Amino acid sequence: MRELLEGSKAVAKTIAFCRPKVISAYPITPQTHIVEELAQFVAEGKLKAEFVRAESEFGAASIVLGASQRGVRTYTATSSQGLLLMTEVLFNIAGLRLPVVLTCANRALSAPINIWNDWQDALTLRDSGWVMFFGENLQEVVDFHILAYKIAEKLNLPVMVNMDGFLLTHTAEVVEIPEEKLIEKFLGPFKPSLFLDPKNPKTFGFLADPDYYQEFRLALHQDLLEGLKKIVELTQKFNKFFGRNLKLIEGYNLKKAETVFVTMGSLEGTVKTLIDDLKSKKIGLIGIKLFRPFPTKIFAKLINPSIKRLIVLNKAVSLGVEGILTSEIKRAIFGKRIEIKDEILGLGGRDIKREDLIKLI
Amino acid sequence: MNGKIKSYMKKDLLAPGHRACAGCGQVIAARAVINALGKNTIVVGATGCLEVVTTPYPFSAWKVPYIHSLFENAAAVASGIEAALRAQKLDKRINVAVFAGDGGTVDIGFRALSGMFERGDNVLYVCFDNEAYMNTGIQASGSTPWGAWTTTTPVGKFSFGARQAKKNMIAFAVSQGLLYVASTTAGYPLDIKMKVQKALEFYGPKYLHILVPCPVGWGYDSNLTIEVGRLAAQTGHFPVIEVIEGKITKVLKTPAKRPKISSYLKLQKRFAHLFKTKEGKKQIDHLQKMADENIEVIGLCPTCEEHEILTHYESVDNLNIQ
Repeated sequence: MRELLEGSKAVAKTIAFCRPKVISAYPITPQTHIVEELAQFVAEGKLKAEFVRAESEFGAASIVLGASQRGVRTYTATSSQGLLLMTEVLFNIAGLRLPVVLTCANRALSAPINIWNDWQDALTLRDSGWVMFFGENLQEVVDFHILAYKIAEKLNLPVMVNMDGFLLTHTAEVVEIPEEKLIEKFLGPFKPSLFLDPKNPKTFGFLADPDYYQEFRLALHQDLLEGLKKIVELTQKFNKFFGRNLKLIEGYNLKKAETVFVTMGSLEGTVKTLIDDLKSKKIGLIGIKLFRPFPTKIFAKLINPSIKRLIVLNKAVSLGVEGILTSEIKRAIFGKRIEIKDEILGLGGRDIKREDLIKLI
Repeated sequence: MNGKIKSYMKKDLLAPGHRACAGCGQVIAARAVINALGKNTIVVGATGCLEVVTTPYPFSAWKVPYIHSLFENAAAVASGIEAALRAQKLDKRINVAVFAGDGGTVDIGFRALSGMFERGDNVLYVCFDNEAYMNTGIQASGSTPWGAWTTTTPVGKFSFGARQAKKNMIAFAVSQGLLYVASTTAGYPLDIKMKVQKALEFYGPKYLHILVPCPVGWGYDSNLTIEVGRLAAQTGHFPVIEVIEGKITKVLKTPAKRPKISSYLKLQKRFAHLFKTKEGKKQIDHLQKMADENIEVIGLCPTCEEHEILTHYESVDNLNIQ
């Protein structure tokens, strides 16, 4: 059913249909509407789950960690400072190979304090071992959440779905959330082979000395690298099952394009409308939807011989280096003779207008 | 090894072969706790000695499901497990217990612990208090006692060691409305067992604070762990009590002839400096005064009649065999 929903409510409804057993969260703008809605579902009995009020984001992440290790489906959501406060736990969740799903309503980092959108929070966590999606619009965000549980539980990896704070969380769009029964059929029940079970006692989170540690970390690295293939397969399966055309990287107007914007999140939509309005075949867009593991080969395939210049639009900086996405793109096209422009903009929610983008062309 | 000990060890849920130091009070106490909890238990360990010595991959000393996540989140992880168990609506109860040290409880893990208490999660939280960060090399924690030497409360011309009141976790736990709060020491394994079993009668968060002497960090011979653990209680320095629904229900009475605090201090190198200077002796007097206050306020002396007198301690000679 197509319906007009606020972004946060669409996410909450999707999550409820995925039936997590334990939800834990701590309030932070602009994540709040998502968890408020979920708390309401639980209060009304629409969602049979434990909603655990945490004393901090650090606690919330630890609570879903514990619940996931016990073997139930879990969910949490946060933003900005909250994500940073979770950091230690998030690395731990990935190391423990727990299929936790987290929504990050992307927001700037302090100082100075700012509640508006950029990607500094999530991209700072790029080395945590989490699979990371960035949705362009509400429909993508909804779909990525369903796909997130599938990927998480198939690959034993945690998945973070990113949506631009306010721009996507607090705006309404028409979306189609699949029926609960369909989602249930697609995901199937969560049945981990190993969990905290008195009948089969195992030790998790053990100490690994220099003789063993590296193997564990490299196995996680390898599983993310190889996981890419499985993520592609599961996305195809998702598309077939729900009749969608979800992409991990999207090319737009690339056929004869010479100058191509590369960006993520809702900014893709801004660039698309600009391209449509300019009616120019020489300007294109590559939208990155899957940031970790980075789909390098898929990206490289989109680089036509006509492309002379990439303008990478970053809402996050590796301070003292360059835009974080720019570094990724440079690595992805290493060896190709293409000019790359590193553009940092839209930090702390500064509006990105089409004149700003036109100037860059 | 005699047959009785062998058969006892077979039932141990914390297996021998772990890497703890000889005379480790924490392992003595942890074994008593887990044996009392039984097989149907999930243990959440905080980072610390106990986690390090029991889980070196590819080995584990735990015969129950065990998870170590981080230093400061054990209480929250336990809350998550407990929430999952509630959601699963199981027929048979599974106990959830946290095993954390003093640093992981009174300092870095305090926030998570506070959250667990206020939510009322059905978890037994056990703090194994060896009064400093022993795993990282004897640095002071919020639980280090007055006058103790540690590597971060060193002794010098301008310092007699730790200058802080040990954080009163029993008072904190009681203030949070916990139905069951108790303290004991590794000197009394049977008391540990009884308190764990009693704690399990209550639904909600339970707090058990166990003083666990550390031969390395405290500087005493490893054969003295039990003696040191008992002297801590008998001098009034570390009150062994049980608080049910906010009321003291049991206390360990001090002997008729109560040992002086100095008899406890002199066994340990961490207090050795106090005996050498005038300033140090003042601190011993201060420690004696604090112990005396405990006796008075809590009612630890044999003639105090307010509380039930525990008599079973005298019969417990061997810590491992009951």
